[in-house]
Amino acid sequence: MELSFTQGRWNYESWGGFDPISSSNAKPPGVELWAVFDVPQHHIDASWKNLTHTLSGLFCASINFLESTATYSTPEWSFPPASGNVRYGTLPCEAVCTENLTPWLKLLPCRDKAGIALLLDRPSLYRGFYHSQRGRCVLAKSSSVYLLLDRGLVAELKFPNKENGKSAANGLTSENFWSNPSFELSVNPDRIFLEESSSHSKSLSILYMFQVEKYSESEPFDIGLMWKVPVAWLCQQTPLHASRFLMGSGNERGAIAISLKSTQFTEGFMSANSKDGSCELRVDVFQVVPWYVKVYFHSLRVFVDQQPRAVSDFIEKIHVSPSKDKMSPGVMEVVLKLPCRVNTAALTIEFDKGFLRIDEYPPDANQGFDIPSAIISFPNFHASMVFLEDDSLNRSPLLSKFQEKCPVMSYTEVLLVPLTTPDFSMPYNVITIKCTVFALYFGSLLNVLQRRVAEEERFLKAKAAKKTGRLPLLLSKLSAKLRGSGINQD
Amino acid sequence: MEKVKKKIGSFSFWNWVTASIIFRLILIYFPKNLNLSSRPEVSTPLTSFRRLAEGYWLKQSFMSPYAGSMYHGSPLLLSLLGPLTINSLVSVIADVVSAMLIRATGQNLRLAYLRSLESLDLVKQIEVSEFLFSGDIAALIYLCNPFTIVACVGLSTSPIENMAVILCLYGACSRLIPLAAFGWVIATHLSLYPAILIIPVIFLLGCGPDSPPRKLFLQRHQQKEVLNQSKLPPRFSWGPVIHFAFWAFLWSVYVLVLCGISLKQFGGLWEMFKSTYGFILTVEDLSPNIGVLWYFFAEVFEFFRNFFLIVFHVNILFMILPLAIRLRHRPCYLAFVYVAICSMLKSYPSVGDSALYLGLLGWFVNELADMQFSLFLFCGYVGVSLLSPVMHNLWIWRGTGNANFYFATAMVYACLQIVLVVEGVSAMLNHDRKLRNLITGKPQDAKS
Repeated sequence: MELSFTQGRWNYESWGGFDPISSSNAKPPGVELWAVFDVPQHHIDASWKNLTHTLSGLFCASINFLESTATYSTPEWSFPPASGNVRYGTLPCEAVCTENLTPWLKLLPCRDKAGIALLLDRPSLYRGFYHSQRGRCVLAKSSSVYLLLDRGLVAELKFPNKENGKSAANGLTSENFWSNPSFELSVNPDRIFLEESSSHSKSLSILYMFQVEKYSESEPFDIGLMWKVPVAWLCQQTPLHASRFLMGSGNERGAIAISLKSTQFTEGFMSANSKDGSCELRVDVFQVVPWYVKVYFHSLRVFVDQQPRAVSDFIEKIHVSPSKDKMSPGVMEVVLKLPCRVNTAALTIEFDKGFLRIDEYPPDANQGFDIPSAIISFPNFHASMVFLEDDSLNRSPLLSKFQEKCPVMSYTEVLLVPLTTPDFSMPYNVITIKCTVFALYFGSLLNVLQRRVAEEERFLKAKAAKKTGRLPLLLSKLSAKLRGSGINQD
Repeated sequence: MEKVKKKIGSFSFWNWVTASIIFRLILIYFPKNLNLSSRPEVSTPLTSFRRLAEGYWLKQSFMSPYAGSMYHGSPLLLSLLGPLTINSLVSVIADVVSAMLIRATGQNLRLAYLRSLESLDLVKQIEVSEFLFSGDIAALIYLCNPFTIVACVGLSTSPIENMAVILCLYGACSRLIPLAAFGWVIATHLSLYPAILIIPVIFLLGCGPDSPPRKLFLQRHQQKEVLNQSKLPPRFSWGPVIHFAFWAFLWSVYVLVLCGISLKQFGGLWEMFKSTYGFILTVEDLSPNIGVLWYFFAEVFEFFRNFFLIVFHVNILFMILPLAIRLRHRPCYLAFVYVAICSMLKSYPSVGDSALYLGLLGWFVNELADMQFSLFLFCGYVGVSLLSPVMHNLWIWRGTGNANFYFATAMVYACLQIVLVVEGVSAMLNHDRKLRNLITGKPQDAKS
């Protein structure tokens, strides 16, 4: 099970997408929850409902909105461990605030009075561009702070830009890494880890570890990094940069487009595999749309290098679970096989906007509705970092985490879809006007049908007047009427 | 909307037909995309071709066509129309066939009317020579009606539904019982509402086409003191009706078996009924259309939803009996009134439904010559057809209007249809009264 609260969007372009942090830790905005269940198939939905309610109570968030079938989905391939037993739900517009931070801190032994939680200063935390809390904590025996210099930065430091006027390779080694012309660390690291060779890049990341227990009240632990010269580096990106946007205007229909652009990584990858005749880049796309965005799956189009191409050429597998009105969202899982030299690729799909009843609109109806992030993953690439460790007994859980092989994943943007709203102030007016129209129809048609000619009425009255006595009079009237409806057809 | 033409003009009937076909083909192959298929007045969730394409794609991908809430039509249409790329030509052919059938039925009705006037000896008193060819007029009204053209070009399945209804009426008028049963079964299968046409069909098969009330014939012959049985209209005969019931049963079993085979692994017939008839009856989709139910069910509270659903559907059912009692001697006119009421009160109306009853109105130009408010209705229809797209644009595309604007035009349209139905029934009953007065020799009292 994994639950995450995120505010802000991970900027894949500036902050990279290939390392374990960006790949498995960067999460979509809002709340994301996915869980694998061990119970029989027909119990899974009930278990999911219990789970959402429990988590909602634990974390003071409205995760219980995920209980209705219209908000969660069952992906088939995108979460490899177990297909059919996975349930996935997100709330893209859930705002994360200090109220949500408090229950997390309650899980820590010392709450926010001591330990790592002291670092979580609320005003500064929420002022940042991106912060995320994820429920997958591992217990560590001792607390340490890690500083990761990623591959791009290491490459930049080892071979600094010639324009700065510096000489070539500084001859940096792992020992004196913290004292070098580019930056200065205020505290010396206790241990340094070097990454083992990576298949995707020339330079290797370096991990500094600082043990907190060495410090105390008298010698506080204050780590600082000062840049001596301006250094700009490019973090390693995902093979293709994914972004998603809406097309079309008006409140009737539109189209969702997922665009994949090659990054500098792809060029490197290309040159590495140029010997291969047919090299293919596999991209998995997983997208969930709510039911009121009615997607036409037959209008799926693929554009490669800005040319429309046949769908069957590039889509290896597609699994579609169409949305049912008010019951379940629409799920689309696509496996694309793109040529390695691809420049840009795009998937477009058209949709119609649905119309909701007035009680289905949220309080701010004119803001619009959110389409949750799509997950683009590259199963051929694994974002993992293996660090050389001499002491295999004291395996740090963080390093074990880094070594986990998980596919490179990135999340696209959340889309805001404005839907037309009816006039919320009008229920009584609409009902009364409509019923007036119906009464008009009903009354006038019946009136025309049973209208009698004046002289026929006189004839009937005259006939009735001939009879005497009350009862015979009534009887004769009744029989005249019956006969009248039978014979007098005009 | 009555286009009463005294003369067809210098063009003959066939010239008009060819001109309308050419006009349709021009519109279909127009280079610029007219976007008619996305207009809510033309395509509804039931008749939209785009949804049919989606249902067809789902079926080709080995999923049930009703899997998403996209397609709500018949699986037979999927097999027929799904693979066709030039789908608009099917609608053109359906329109032409419907027009021909309307013409044939109209000629049938006109001959029956003349015959009945002869047997009533009213030929001299009513200017028979001025009688218009109601069959030709009705066919031309159907073909040249902008509503029909838009429904044909705009990629909807309404022309096919209309063709089924007209086939049923033609078969019943011409005593082709298997054809009538086929038309009725297909029309009911495609959209639920033509089921109520079984009553006029029974009357048509039992008594024959429209004629003045039986009582008039009796009165006339009482005056003459000659009882010539051959001149009286025949009494109600149950033979054809039983024949029709048998054929209807056969055709419905056949259709259900075909649907069951095509949906065998996707949930079977129950799934089909839930997605088609259930969808029609529960009004799940609230997309705007030219009817009035969408806004109502968007605004009504959840608690009263079922109650109002029942009220609106019973409104159609309730009128069946009084109309049948009053108009049983005129089954074709009864069918016209039923079709008009259904088009007005159905869950997802479109202009294709209006095109049907406006075409059928042409059969009765002779009897309804004295209809009140005809100019008002004509101008009303023109006005609503012009204003409704404007209001829709204001609301959905520009965002400067409100849902109320569009709903107001839909309400006006409903009121116009109500006036048409009520005045039409009134005019027909007045016509019968006029005949009666002519026979009994009383002074003309058209209005009472």
